[in-house]
Amino acid sequence: MNAPLVDTSVSQRLGIVDCDIHPTQRSVADLFPYLSEHWREHSKSIGPHIRQGLAAMQAYPRMMAAGQRADAYPAHGGPPGSDLDLMRRQHLDPAGVETGMLVALSKGGMEERNPDYATALAHAVNDWQLHDWVRKEPRLRAGVVVPQEDPAFAAREIRERSLEPAFRQVILSPRSIEPLGRRRYWPIYEAAAECGLTLGLHPAANGANPSTGGGWPTYYMQEHYAFGTNMQSNLVSMVFEGVFERFPRLKVALIESGFTWIPAMCWRMDRHWARMRHEVPHLKRPPSEYIREHVWFATQPIEEPENAAHLPEIIDWIGWDRLLFSTDYPHWDYDDPKYCIRFRMTEQQRSQLFRDNARALYGLT
Amino acid sequence: MKVPFAGAIDCDLHLPSPSMAVLMRHMDDFWREQFVTRRIDRMDFQLTSFPPNTPLAMRDDWRAPAGEGETPLDKLRREALDPFGARIAIGSILHGAIGLYNEDMAAVICSAVNDHLARDWLDHEPRLRGSILVMGSSPDHAVAEIERLAADRRFVQIILPVMGDFLPGKRQMWPVYRACEKHGLAVALHAGSTYRYPPTGSGWPSYHVEDYIAQSTAFENAIVSFLAEGVFNEFPDLRLVCLESGFTWLPTLLWRLNKEWRGTRQETPWLDRPPADVVRERVRFSLQPVDAPADGALLTRTLAHIGSDELLLFSTDYPHAQFDGDNALPEGLPADLQRKIMIDNPPACYPRLAAEAKEIAP
Repeated sequence: MNAPLVDTSVSQRLGIVDCDIHPTQRSVADLFPYLSEHWREHSKSIGPHIRQGLAAMQAYPRMMAAGQRADAYPAHGGPPGSDLDLMRRQHLDPAGVETGMLVALSKGGMEERNPDYATALAHAVNDWQLHDWVRKEPRLRAGVVVPQEDPAFAAREIRERSLEPAFRQVILSPRSIEPLGRRRYWPIYEAAAECGLTLGLHPAANGANPSTGGGWPTYYMQEHYAFGTNMQSNLVSMVFEGVFERFPRLKVALIESGFTWIPAMCWRMDRHWARMRHEVPHLKRPPSEYIREHVWFATQPIEEPENAAHLPEIIDWIGWDRLLFSTDYPHWDYDDPKYCIRFRMTEQQRSQLFRDNARALYGLT
Repeated sequence: MKVPFAGAIDCDLHLPSPSMAVLMRHMDDFWREQFVTRRIDRMDFQLTSFPPNTPLAMRDDWRAPAGEGETPLDKLRREALDPFGARIAIGSILHGAIGLYNEDMAAVICSAVNDHLARDWLDHEPRLRGSILVMGSSPDHAVAEIERLAADRRFVQIILPVMGDFLPGKRQMWPVYRACEKHGLAVALHAGSTYRYPPTGSGWPSYHVEDYIAQSTAFENAIVSFLAEGVFNEFPDLRLVCLESGFTWLPTLLWRLNKEWRGTRQETPWLDRPPADVVRERVRFSLQPVDAPADGALLTRTLAHIGSDELLLFSTDYPHAQFDGDNALPEGLPADLQRKIMIDNPPACYPRLAAEAKEIAP
C-alpha cells in the first residue's frame, strides 16, 4: 500500500527548467548603482525615448492587472517580479523550479532610441540581474540584454558578459527596426556564436513598425495575437537571409510565441523556397532543415486545441527534443506546470519537455 | 492528383492585366487626356507582390503567348477552364492601380478594370464570374463602385489585397461591407500588399520569397481584425474569403484565437462565443497553395485538426505556379472532402452562386 493516494504534481516529481521568468525593477532607481552619474541624471531629467505615442503606459492597455498575475504584486509595493522572496515563495518553490531563465524586459535598452542611453541601460540591467538576482538565488540564470539596434555595442556587451557563467543566453526583441535576419544584426550573432550563447527571442511591448503587415491593430487581443506572427516573420527572416549558413553554431530559442505553428510554417517555407530558390542561392538546404538543427521553442502560451490529443501529434512533427517548458511568471497568462499540459506523455517525453531539453541547450548542470 | 470529376467551381483564377490602351476605352475624356499628357498610359502597373517573371508568378508551360488565331480567352479555356472541368470559375484582375495614393485616379482605373472584365471576359464566356476590384484606401469610392456594378449578377465578390492602408476589419471599412452584404457579395482578401507598411511587424525583408511567405501571417492578422472589430456581428450574412492564403496554418489560428478570447473578451464583448466557431462559420479559404508535404499524410491530419469540411474552396490559382500538370488537387484529400471543396462549399459561401443554383434547379 505504498502507492500515493494523490498524484504528486509534475514539478514535485521532477525538477523543471522554467525558460521564461521576468524580473522587474521596483523603479529605475534600482539601476542607479550600475549607472554613471550622467545616466542617472539623464534617467531623472529626460528619461526613456521610445517609438510609441504613450511614454509611460502601453498604447494597448493589458487585460488582467496590467498584464500581471493579480496575486504577484508584492505586499510592500513595487511591481510583480520585483521581489525575489515572493518569486521564491510563489513560483520557484511550489513549481519545483530547478533552474529559472531570466528574461529582463524592463528598461533593458532594447526599445530605447538614444543609442548611448540604450547601451548604458543594457549594461546596467545586466549588472542588476547578476548582483540583485543570480548571486542571491542560485536557481536563476541571466540573459544578456543588449542595445540591439546598435549591434557593435551589443556585441561588445555579449563578449563581456560571456565570461560570467551566470549568463546563458542573449535576449533580443522581435519588434526590431528590421527583421532579425538582416545583416545589420549579424555582429550580434557572430558574438553569440563565438561565445556559445543561445539567442532568446522574446516579444517586447513596443516596436519600430506596426505590429502587423496590414497596419496597427485596435484591440489588445490583436496586438497579443501578433506576438506569434512576428515570431514567425523573424524565424523566416533568420532562415532566408542566411544567418544559419553564416553562423553554423548559432542556436535560437523562440520564447512566448507558442509552437503549434512550426510545422505548417516549415511546410510553407520549404514549398515556396523550392520554387524561388534562385533568389536565395546562399541557402543550401530546405529551410526546415535549418530550423530542425538550430531552433528551440518555449511552450508558453501553450495552444489549447479543442481535442487535447492534437497537441502531442504536432510535437511529434516538431521533435520532442526541441520544446522548452516556460511559465512567463509573473505575467497574467502564466502557464502553471501543474495544469497546463493536458495530454499524455511518456516519462521520457515529460523529462525532455520540462527539464532535459533546456539543460542541454543552455548547458545547465 | 487530377480532378476526378467535372463540374467544379474554381474560386481563384487570375486574368491578365489589361494595357492602359484597353482601359482607357472605359474612361472619359478628362482621364484619357490626363493619362496621355502625363504619359501614365505608357507605364507598367505591375505590383511588387507579383513580379511577373518570377517562377511563382506563372507556370512555365503557361507562359507561352496565345497561339496562332487564338484569343486570350481561348488560351484561358485551353489552359484553365477545360483541363480542370470547371463549371464556374471566379476570375480577378489584381491591377496595380490599388498601389496609387491618388484615390481618384486609382478609382477610375479600378472601374475601367471592372468594365473590361465584364465586357471582354464575362460577356464572352458563360463559365466565368468576376471579382469587383475596389480601393481599400478609399471606402467612399469602393461603395460607389459596388453600387455601380451590383446589378450585374456575374460579379460575386469584391477583392482587396490582404495588406492595404489599414487592417481590413476597421470601422472605416464597414460601409463597404454593408454594401456587400446588401447585394449578396462576398468579401475576398487576396495575397498581396500595397506596401503602405512593411509586410512584417519587424520591418522590410530582403527577398520576394520572404514577402510571399509573410502573406499567411497577414491573413491571420486580417481574420483577427475582422473578429475583434466585430464585423461578423454587424453583418450577419457576410462571408470573408481568403484567396491564395494557404490554409495549413489554420489549426494554430483556431486554437490561439479561442485562448486569446478567453483572456481578452472583456475588451470585445460582442465576441460572445469562441472565435474558432465564428471562423468555421464565416471565413473560407481557397485551396491553392497547399503548404504541406507532397505525400498527403500530414495534410490529412491537418484537415482533421482544422475540424471542418466546409472551409475550403477549390482553386487553381491559375496561372500561378502552385502545382504541376493537371494535379490541381493535393494528395491526402478524402474523397468526400473533394466533392465538398469542388461542388458544395462554393455556393454555400457565395450568395450569388447559391441563387443561380436555385434558379437552375427544377
